[in-house]
Amino acid sequence: MRDADPSTNEREFLLAALKDGARIDGRKFYDFRTLRLTFGAEYGAVEVQLGNTRVLAKVSCEVIRPYTDKPTEGFLMFNTELSPMASAAFEVGRQTDEEVLVSRLIEKAMRRSRALDTEGLCIVAGEKVWSIRVDIHFLDHDGNLVDAACIAAITALLHFRRPDVTVVGEDVTIHTLEQRNPVPLSIHHIPICTTFAFFNNGERMIVDPTFLEEQVKEGDMTVTLNVHKEVCALSKAGGIPMEIDQILQCTKIAVVKVAEITAQIQAALEADAKKR
Amino acid sequence: MTSITMEEESKLLIVLPGDQLPESGLMEDSSAAHRLTLGPGLAPMDDDSITAVKAGILKHNAVGNRWWVESNQRRYVAAQGESIIGVVTGKSAEHYKVDIGASQPALLGVLAFEGATKRNKPNHNIGDLLYCRVSMANKDMEAELECMNPTTGKADGFGELKGGFVIKISLGLARRLLDPKNLVLRLLGQHIPFEMAVGTNGKVWVNSASAQHTILICNAIRNSEYLNSAECGSMVKSLVEKM
Repeated sequence: MRDADPSTNEREFLLAALKDGARIDGRKFYDFRTLRLTFGAEYGAVEVQLGNTRVLAKVSCEVIRPYTDKPTEGFLMFNTELSPMASAAFEVGRQTDEEVLVSRLIEKAMRRSRALDTEGLCIVAGEKVWSIRVDIHFLDHDGNLVDAACIAAITALLHFRRPDVTVVGEDVTIHTLEQRNPVPLSIHHIPICTTFAFFNNGERMIVDPTFLEEQVKEGDMTVTLNVHKEVCALSKAGGIPMEIDQILQCTKIAVVKVAEITAQIQAALEADAKKR
Repeated sequence: MTSITMEEESKLLIVLPGDQLPESGLMEDSSAAHRLTLGPGLAPMDDDSITAVKAGILKHNAVGNRWWVESNQRRYVAAQGESIIGVVTGKSAEHYKVDIGASQPALLGVLAFEGATKRNKPNHNIGDLLYCRVSMANKDMEAELECMNPTTGKADGFGELKGGFVIKISLGLARRLLDPKNLVLRLLGQHIPFEMAVGTNGKVWVNSASAQHTILICNAIRNSEYLNSAECGSMVKSLVEKM
């Protein structure tokens, strides 16, 4: 069942309000919605609420044999499946365009930017490596799934603890959680996505679009940065063409947002660590 | 499954699906009438007892000995006689296909408007917002709508809604907004002039002079769902002051 297109009244009102300088939910143009992070009882489970959009990420690990041409590299896999729980427009088993874009963006942002050190996942070269799997579940779709999923994925990876391993010669002992404290993964940097939506022939940019804004937008762009102002990924798939100075302005805004969100993630992780 | 004694009927009685109401208790209340009218949320069982089928508050009206359950949900189920807001999603020679938020789209006859004849038909486009009345609804067929009062044949406020903005709310809040004594709307009306249409399918259309005002009213309506009267007053005041 495809989601119904918004009525003409909603579309025209949203565009007129944007021309006047207002967003439907009362936010300013470059404001993110309230971000809430909730950690599960186990390590590596986190639920992200970005306004009404809810995403759950869960990290798990297992020991497997590495590829023969890359004997010292571990595996990092992302599984994003949009189910009808998030929105009536999604169907199980059938991948919509949006689903493909979301999963590709997360792979680009996390894996290609080398946020997680895969070499550090090696136990015995050529025989045993850790395979880290991140399952991302979309619970509610109210726009901007990519940003929420990215925050959920990186926070879950930062929160996760893998079992400690001792290697004595050829003897590998994987300690259980009771024997030794689990060990955090080695994360080099924290990539955060910021999605912009364009309206008004490219003159108006807003950050973190809601579902209605996404249905009415002319084009969109996602910039993935980390706190060190390094661009991890930039995705602009289709939509209205943009000038270079507008793209640079987007990255400048993204720098500010990424700093705020990274600070919030780290504060939440520290608060959770104190509780355990 | 629990049985409910009727001593509690004077207090607020919350029922869950499966709760049995003893029929004798319900008849006690009205000595004259021997008949019992069951509204939404209650169903008669084979063994002459009455069971609640929805979760909510049990309500009673002595006139006609009516009993019903006031429940809340977000998904609309079409019922005859209700006024709803729909979006036109398709056009054919005889009908408009209108999305009313139910599991199926509803059909609106092309001639079901005031003064419409084969020569003089109103022309609505896909995406238009219409305020209609449900003329026929049952669970086996698509619902049918009409844009006029069936007895008089006049429009009576039904028809196209131009401009403004529409928001989606729960069905319970939509029913409360139809109450003429609704607090949030009265408070908002003291500060901002606006017009609105409430559809019992959980859609509310609001139109006012400026976009800022419309956004403010929509947010106030959405926020008012779980607030009591005192909190409503302070919420409206803080929103108006920010303006």
